[in-house]
Amino acid sequence: MARIAGVDLPNKHVEVALTYIFGLGRSSARKICEATKVEPNKKMNDLSNEELAELRKIIENDYKVEGRLRSETALNIKRLMDIGCYRGLRHRRGLPVNGQRTRTNARTRKGKRKTVANKKKAV
Amino acid sequence: MSRSVKKGPFIEKSLYKKIIEMSKVAGDRKMVKTFSRTSTIIPEMVGMTISVYNGKTWIPVYVTENLVGHKLGEFAPTRVFRGHAGSDKKAEKK
Repeated sequence: MARIAGVDLPNKHVEVALTYIFGLGRSSARKICEATKVEPNKKMNDLSNEELAELRKIIENDYKVEGRLRSETALNIKRLMDIGCYRGLRHRRGLPVNGQRTRTNARTRKGKRKTVANKKKAV
Repeated sequence: MSRSVKKGPFIEKSLYKKIIEMSKVAGDRKMVKTFSRTSTIIPEMVGMTISVYNGKTWIPVYVTENLVGHKLGEFAPTRVFRGHAGSDKKAEKK
């Protein structure tokens, strides 16, 4: 099994297999294939060692992937939180950052629904 | 879509004038009060404290280097969330 950037790639078309790496999607995978002259629809296991080395080289040098990309985004978020701006506050509270509504929806950010019991009426 | 580079950062003219005057006088550190929440923070403001209106009061914002490029309003929240009725436990913790 081919290993690139610390990820095991499945035996699929190169174009698809590369997207298993965090930070690479279909379009960047296609660009990589073009730059390295590797057939995009060749299976991963059929690649020669030279082709693999070529792929590794270009990903290593020109793309920010996996750990480095994750730490960069984490740093960006941390920066927002540290300077105390509105977006940082939203990150801290785990609410949507880009001005979406929160009356309904926003479940991706807020997580599972927490139902609150109705307030009892005064007698 | 982001703003055209040609125009440069947006900042209220009257505020800009005040900032430039203040940055010339090194020692003088009066607070500048402003309603202009949409003004971009420019490098000249670093080290100043600017009071930004949030609709009710002026919130003092101390400008440091990494605030440059943001807008003044981002640092003066306009809403205060006090918690929902009935969730007293959470409110007490604060």
